[in-house]
Amino acid sequence: MLTPELLFVNVGERTNVTGSAQFKKLIKEGRYEEAVDVARQQVANGAQIIDVNMDEGLIDSEFAMVRYLNLIMSEPDIARVPVMVDSSKWSVIEAGLQCLQGKGVVNSISMKEGVETFVEQARKVLRYGAAVVVMAFDEVGQADTCERKVEICTRAYRILVDEVGFPPEDIIFDPNVFAIATGIEEHNNYAVDFIEATRIIKATLPHCHISGGVSNVSFSFRGNEPVRQAIHAVFLYHAIRAGMDMGIVNAGGLPIVDDLDPDLRERVEDVVLNRRSDATERLLEIAERYKSKKGEAAVETQAWREQPVRERLKHALVHGIDQYIEGDTEEVRQLSTRPLDVIEGPLMDGMNVVGDLFGAGKMFLPQVVKSARVMKKAVAYLLPFIEEEKLRTGDAGKSNGKIVIATVKGDVHDIGKNIVGVVLRCNNFDVVDLGVMVPTQKILDAAREENADMIGLSGLITPSLEEMSHVAKEMHRQGLAMPLLIGGATTSRAHTALKIEPHHKAPTVWVKDASRAVGVAQSLISKDLVDEFMAKIRHEYAEIRERHKDRGPGKKLVSLAHARGQRFDGRWNDYVPPTPNTPGITVFDDYSLAELAQYIDWTPFFSTWELAGHYPAILDDAVVGTQARELFRDAQAMLKKIIDERWLRARAVIGLWRANAVGDDVEVYANEPGKPLATLRFLRQQVDKPAERPDFCLADFVAPKATGVADWVGGFAVTAGIGIEPHLERFEADHDDYSSILLKALADRLAEAFAERLHERVRREFWGYATDEALPNDALIAEKYRGIRPAPGYPACPEHSEKGTLFDLLDAETNTGISLTDSYAMYPAAAVSGWYFSHPDSQYFVVGRVTKEQVEDYAKRKSWTVETAERWLAPLLDYDPD
Amino acid sequence: MKTLPWLNPDRAQKLIDALAQRILIIDGAMGTMLQGYKLDEAGYRGERFAQGFDARHQHVHDHSHHVCDLKGNNDLLLLTQPEIIKAVHTQYLEAGADLLETNTFNATSISQADYHLEHLVYELNKEGARAARECCDAIEAKTPDKPRFVIGVLGPTSRTASISPDVNDPGFRNVTYAELAKTYREAVHGLIDGGADVVMVETIFDTLNAKAALYAIEEVFEERGSRLPVMISGTITDRSGRTLSGQTAEAFFYSMRHSRPLSIGLNCALGAKDLRPHVETMAQIADCYVSTHPNAGLPNAFGEYDETPEEMAATIREFAEAGFLNLVGGCCGTSPAHIRAIAEAVAGLKPRVPVTYPVNAAA
Repeated sequence: MLTPELLFVNVGERTNVTGSAQFKKLIKEGRYEEAVDVARQQVANGAQIIDVNMDEGLIDSEFAMVRYLNLIMSEPDIARVPVMVDSSKWSVIEAGLQCLQGKGVVNSISMKEGVETFVEQARKVLRYGAAVVVMAFDEVGQADTCERKVEICTRAYRILVDEVGFPPEDIIFDPNVFAIATGIEEHNNYAVDFIEATRIIKATLPHCHISGGVSNVSFSFRGNEPVRQAIHAVFLYHAIRAGMDMGIVNAGGLPIVDDLDPDLRERVEDVVLNRRSDATERLLEIAERYKSKKGEAAVETQAWREQPVRERLKHALVHGIDQYIEGDTEEVRQLSTRPLDVIEGPLMDGMNVVGDLFGAGKMFLPQVVKSARVMKKAVAYLLPFIEEEKLRTGDAGKSNGKIVIATVKGDVHDIGKNIVGVVLRCNNFDVVDLGVMVPTQKILDAAREENADMIGLSGLITPSLEEMSHVAKEMHRQGLAMPLLIGGATTSRAHTALKIEPHHKAPTVWVKDASRAVGVAQSLISKDLVDEFMAKIRHEYAEIRERHKDRGPGKKLVSLAHARGQRFDGRWNDYVPPTPNTPGITVFDDYSLAELAQYIDWTPFFSTWELAGHYPAILDDAVVGTQARELFRDAQAMLKKIIDERWLRARAVIGLWRANAVGDDVEVYANEPGKPLATLRFLRQQVDKPAERPDFCLADFVAPKATGVADWVGGFAVTAGIGIEPHLERFEADHDDYSSILLKALADRLAEAFAERLHERVRREFWGYATDEALPNDALIAEKYRGIRPAPGYPACPEHSEKGTLFDLLDAETNTGISLTDSYAMYPAAAVSGWYFSHPDSQYFVVGRVTKEQVEDYAKRKSWTVETAERWLAPLLDYDPD
Repeated sequence: MKTLPWLNPDRAQKLIDALAQRILIIDGAMGTMLQGYKLDEAGYRGERFAQGFDARHQHVHDHSHHVCDLKGNNDLLLLTQPEIIKAVHTQYLEAGADLLETNTFNATSISQADYHLEHLVYELNKEGARAARECCDAIEAKTPDKPRFVIGVLGPTSRTASISPDVNDPGFRNVTYAELAKTYREAVHGLIDGGADVVMVETIFDTLNAKAALYAIEEVFEERGSRLPVMISGTITDRSGRTLSGQTAEAFFYSMRHSRPLSIGLNCALGAKDLRPHVETMAQIADCYVSTHPNAGLPNAFGEYDETPEEMAATIREFAEAGFLNLVGGCCGTSPAHIRAIAEAVAGLKPRVPVTYPVNAAA
């Protein structure tokens, strides 16, 4: 939108096939996605309108215009600026206007073909709701003198405003910019003619705008960019003062008039303003001097390199640019008394800006991690100097505080923990990261040895909840009275309040996500804040415990017998379960990553980075869209490397076995029913439901042994994380947390995609009950197929130790290289395992809470003590076992 | 500047006079009221469509008919249950509405294609305007000092011209500007022939659809040599404060302004409370009248709207006191009780004065 506050509107012209050979090539070759990037760059470089022109003999201009505009209209960071639909063909202009929901601009119409056509086209432009560029051109020809320019524009204005009813503020006159200094005397006054005509038009024709193609004016100095830019700068300076308010200008290369060499400025002004008859010769005399300076195009984006070095450091941090960081760090170091001053001064200043922007929601996690990478590289560069300094003076510098962080024993998931580490480091916390699967004692010892100010625990699988509670108990028992931070996907405020905080006398705080970690850590470390902060937290947790106590009668569970009486009915009398095409075990090694990439569900990838929204809509999200796209680009680039350079190896095993249900168990047989190979133990919902709605148990989806019906179950274990370690080490050595986290997140996605792909192949080939299924990826993600693949540890079969049975059946460790931890987490972390059920009505459900009766029954079935069962089922218990 | 004369100069003048004097009341939800009648499939079909297709319509090329469930095609009730539609209209008039919206929200070939009833577009629009006209005339006869107006409604259709339905191809579109303009043209002819006083492009998710509608409206006016006042109402789809196609209220106004509407405003998707900042924006920038007809709050877990007439009216009263309003009514979930409460809440409050720009002043 054009407002009076905008003095000059810059029209981008790189999306014009007549003006850009590169753009023409992209369009001709149908490389539209790259062509869209051209528009994006234009907008990023400051274009406030983009001119789109597809006039070229070998291009179907109408098609190209529509296709291109539809594509850029789907890009919020391009679609936010108006489009100038540029064509000499009226049909192309109309086709373009029909694609623009916002206000467009037509470029252009004129009275060249007579008033009738002019009026007709203007009426249509108005009806389409666009503004219009009117060329100073009539039946006689193009206006060159000031007088003709004014005459034609005045006539056009009166017709448009009085006859057509065109809003005057939507009229943009182009009074023609022609080349000067051509050696032909009549051309010498062209710039003056334009400037003077502009002044008169603006004074006499209210509310209209003036535009022009600025680069024409310097055409005779082709090949001498610096002089051309000087001419443009001077011409614009005078034309804008006369009222020119729009134009096609390559803003990136435009110098400021006052910055021009005085001699050059004077001679250029002589030419532009036609002040002396030998002006052209005088400019030619010195023009050669300014030639041969290359690299003009990059000037604008590199402008920050001209700033003082401290500003440059800040810029590099805020924008995550690591290209110059060592040189700049060295420069500041030489200016500083101590190497540590570099960190505590400009680097921390920059990181504080990053922290503030992140806290204010103006920066997003991927950017922060990139900033941290720059910071880490700068610090790594300074480290030897600091060590040297320390040896000399014994001064170690000061940090905000020290925190020991770890993923607890039995758990291998560390993406979230690593992000928290990065964010805390950004905020000048000293972070000691103990890694994954860290036993309680090691965490406590490290905290003591490091003299830490607090401990942070992370975990993803449900047994980790118990482990965290255990760490809290041990801290209390061993008298370690430092704050404890709890985080990770399965943790919750309620669990922390109920199961962890009561065991630990010192502050215990649940941290919702990485963005909250800094606030919590700072509050805990600050003597001024901690009491008030903890009073609030303790009050909150006490309330949760109070509420929890009162919970109870509202959601009463039914007895196990009642729930079993209401089991799901598989209609085994008239249903014949499908026989697998490939019974037994099938192993896959080195599965095609390129194939898996097509099955990736990207939405969880973005939530890993705390960018909320569904793919692909998230790419256009008003708040996080820009970041999401940037992250997505980085992800695509790395994914390509992972595939091309074979960074990861995908391995899997599936099994399909004869099986029958016996109560809530499923017996798995080698061939025919007899002695089972294994018995799968499942849990049943105990929710009070109306009679027609079953209380589900996964065993219900398999034919009961008593029916005599032959049925099957399947199992699978997949990983896409084999071989990930050397790459992670490489990134670590390069202080590149961003790439490290990115790789882990991608490996996770590939493993999930692998599970999805294999399930599809199981349905279509190996079990083969849906041979003609053909679903697009979004339908797969939405689970619009027959059959389910629940994973042990997840809501339908929430008890993790069953993964042991699954792995034994599949011989998964040998066949895939995945191993299980004490808590039955899989390593590598980029792994998925689960059961296959084929019953047409099989569905996912949440077991939810279970009564002591079911826990005791389960303990008996698993040959466990009730206490062991209570430990494994802790998150599900409907009662307090203590 | 030349403009086309009013088609009904007397009616147009009455509307403009009323707008200068007070805040006018638009009616409330039709769909919500129809749910109360609990019509079944047979109820929707009536006699003419008893077999699931239009008994009066002959397919030119094949003699088979597309049999199709018609339940839910609320616009069709204009032909099969006109008395129900008129009963709802009358309830709203009795509750205090100055303007009735025709029951033609889905009377476009694009939306009717779901029922294989594309051929009914003109008929539905004409009957929609006629039904509302009858109700207005009946009540106006009793209270001649309070004119009642028929708003001929053009809905958004079920497709969007600037959003791709194919996630793999952002450049793909399943409806074009030309297709939209064609069906809107037919609809506008129907609305005018049925006796609409005003046409309103409403519930605009995608500004490009609305631009096609405005284009069609202008074409029809040009063809007939006269015009009706035009109202425009966009939809901010969620708390991001943007339309589905990504525009803010401000961008929406500037994209629509060329049609020189009688009023511009916002309706649907949000309740009055959430709509406030966007109505405020409109009120600050629009050089025409401003309207709003919000939902009765946000839907609850069962998809029902549960803001009470009193709650909604209290919020709307504050809008009027803040000087945002010229026209106000209700969208999804509102009832005659809501409209009565709103009418009472804004009675006697001053209508907003449109913004004047230097360009307008000069003209």
